[in-house]
Amino acid sequence: MAEIMTTIGVWIGVFLTFSIFSFLYRDNPFYRFAEQVFVGLSAAYGFIYIIYNVLIPNLFTPVLSDMSQNWLLIIPGILGILMLVRIYPPAEWISRYPLAVVIGTSAGISLMFYLKSDFMNQIAATMINPFAIPSASAISGSFLIILGTICGVYFFYFSKKQEGLFAIPSKIGIWFLMISFGASFGYTVMARISLLIGRIEFLLRDWLHIIK
Amino acid sequence: MKRTIPVIITFVVGMLVIISEFVPHKPFGSIAGTLENWFLIIAGFAIILGVLSLLRMSGHKINSKAPNWQYYLAGIISFSVMVLVGVLWGMRESRGIFGDGENLFNWLGAKPFDYLFNNFFIHLSATMFSLLAFYIASAAYRAFIIRSFESNLLMITAVIIMLGRTSLGNIMTGWLPQNMQFLHLPRIADYIMIYPNSAAQRAIMISAALGVIGSSLRIILGIERSYLGGGN
Amino acid sequence: MSYINTHVRWERMTLFGILFLAVMIPLILPIGWRTDVSPHVQMVYDLVDKTPPGSAILISFDYEPSTMPELKPMAMSLVDHAWQKGHKVIAVALWPMGVQMANDVFSELTASPSEISSDEIPDVQTTDVKEKDESDEMMTPAVSANSIRRYSSKRYGIDYVNLGFKSGAMVTIKAMGRNIRETFPTDTFGTPIDSLPIMDNIVHLRDLAYIISLSAGDPGLKQWIMVAHDNFKVKVSGGTTAVSAPGFLPYINNRNQLRGLMGGLKGAAEYEKLMGTFGPASIKMDSQSIAHVIILVFIAIGNVRSFRRRRKQRQARDKE
Repeated sequence: MAEIMTTIGVWIGVFLTFSIFSFLYRDNPFYRFAEQVFVGLSAAYGFIYIIYNVLIPNLFTPVLSDMSQNWLLIIPGILGILMLVRIYPPAEWISRYPLAVVIGTSAGISLMFYLKSDFMNQIAATMINPFAIPSASAISGSFLIILGTICGVYFFYFSKKQEGLFAIPSKIGIWFLMISFGASFGYTVMARISLLIGRIEFLLRDWLHIIK
Repeated sequence: MKRTIPVIITFVVGMLVIISEFVPHKPFGSIAGTLENWFLIIAGFAIILGVLSLLRMSGHKINSKAPNWQYYLAGIISFSVMVLVGVLWGMRESRGIFGDGENLFNWLGAKPFDYLFNNFFIHLSATMFSLLAFYIASAAYRAFIIRSFESNLLMITAVIIMLGRTSLGNIMTGWLPQNMQFLHLPRIADYIMIYPNSAAQRAIMISAALGVIGSSLRIILGIERSYLGGGN
Repeated sequence: MSYINTHVRWERMTLFGILFLAVMIPLILPIGWRTDVSPHVQMVYDLVDKTPPGSAILISFDYEPSTMPELKPMAMSLVDHAWQKGHKVIAVALWPMGVQMANDVFSELTASPSEISSDEIPDVQTTDVKEKDESDEMMTPAVSANSIRRYSSKRYGIDYVNLGFKSGAMVTIKAMGRNIRETFPTDTFGTPIDSLPIMDNIVHLRDLAYIISLSAGDPGLKQWIMVAHDNFKVKVSGGTTAVSAPGFLPYINNRNQLRGLMGGLKGAAEYEKLMGTFGPASIKMDSQSIAHVIILVFIAIGNVRSFRRRRKQRQARDKE
């Protein structure tokens, strides 16, 4: 029976795959049905995993098994329930308290880590000795990194109008950004095609058994 | 009080987290640790809030018989079925209220929750995103037009990367002699990625980091209050 | 107007059909083109290869089924390599579906010989692939699609463990840096962490030899770099979808924020080549290459048409 259900499962997958692909021709009931089923299942998965992977091991089990040691966890439990009150507009203001804890923690952590990783470390990584590696590509590349980073950051400086001589680094910055966007486009094409290859592989291998 | 106290809480919590980075000893270190554990739990409830909002919105559309309300009903039914089977029989990693459902497992070849995930969700998720491949092809045909020097630069880079990062680039320039290997397409693609691309991405990263630092400070200091929502 | 709409629609469908065929045909009739290895993927390989046996390592499965074609081959090759080197693999997830993704990879790699077909048994084919790769321009695509090794003797709780998912992203990683056992009091199956032998002597992130994040977006590799490396000084490497890969390259710098990066399907195929396998990523590279050429042809045709249209408009304006 399990084998039959597995085969039925493959056919369900094929039906849903073609339902979504049908949107390429035009919007239709099959696509809309598949889209809403996707939304429902996605929400259900997140809901179940939050309960089993977060709330049970990190809240319910510690509190219920050893209340005397873990009584403090009741506070985030209550705050979490207050967060759910947001769904009821007249009492929406109550949810601001747990939200403040979440936002405050996130803001504090983001500030520190973005300052360290994305600001200071990146500036330090740009302050390199371009002649450290004695090869033409490394030397030219190091100069490109220094020039590109400085001109790129200069492009994003909007506090003073960039005209005349002041516009030259901005122009160079735009060129570097265009190169980067071209690279991103190439990689984006690669990513999207990979996903399509995965789907077609499923159809050819698991459904039609044309490939192994 | 409804807006002032949350702003004060945000300030106190934010400052505690920042101070604990510089003073990791007691009491700041342990308070920050406690806040982190609380954050995990409250963030879990936030995800549940998102799910409840979705159900509320779908329910409203069904109640008011909005256009295509039948599809929202399908969404709620699929949500309910998956939650029900997940709670009753659990999933691969956990038992449910009714245990592991061995009979159902033998019949389906997997627990009902995992069956729905493997045969419904995976295909829906993967296919939804694979549609983008077709749209990028269509967009490349219609919209990727060279009009200026900058768009030329973008196009040339894209062509080099798209050829150099596949096996075809290797074939096209693999025959070049050793002293001309710098023209080998995969090498040019690597050079572009490591140097000019990294420079531009670093500039974007530094600028975005300043933005994040600025907005985090504004939130902690109570200048930015949009997260509180509108009204009283 | 409706004629134009129909014409536009059929033009689109023709493009879609050509792309579909361009992807499908190389899967059915593989060409076997070779892949070069880029320096960044080599860095990831060297990190795993040079870590001593017996080390505990962490792999974060931060992706979902939509990005499985790119990231699952990376996961398979990485766990394969880690187990070859005798590392103990701890899996976590910052995305809810990452838990299932991790379980899938472990299930496939620990499948016993009776559970897989005979043409999937890897060791012989792996050796064949290595020899062919050194001498021939083209790799003979006669080997099975799954010529990655199987490890049916690896034991859960001793050689590998799946700790599950936690919400909180950066905060979760920070909490792990302070104390993994408080953040994950049980594994994803509900087993108390203290009763898992693999977790003996693992208290902080610093007790890990390295961390690899397989990331499809946010939260993911960026958070691991910011917290695990820049704060707790743990070595971090990763694999991402091709969309995100260009944005992570600035982290590969003299401060070693990121030790190598596998970007997209190409990165996975390069890692498989370093492993001497012809796995699920390598098989798809032929389709990838042909599809890229087709897209470039579309761009060329679009530009030629636009150029001709603009020239006609200019000529019409000049006549007036």
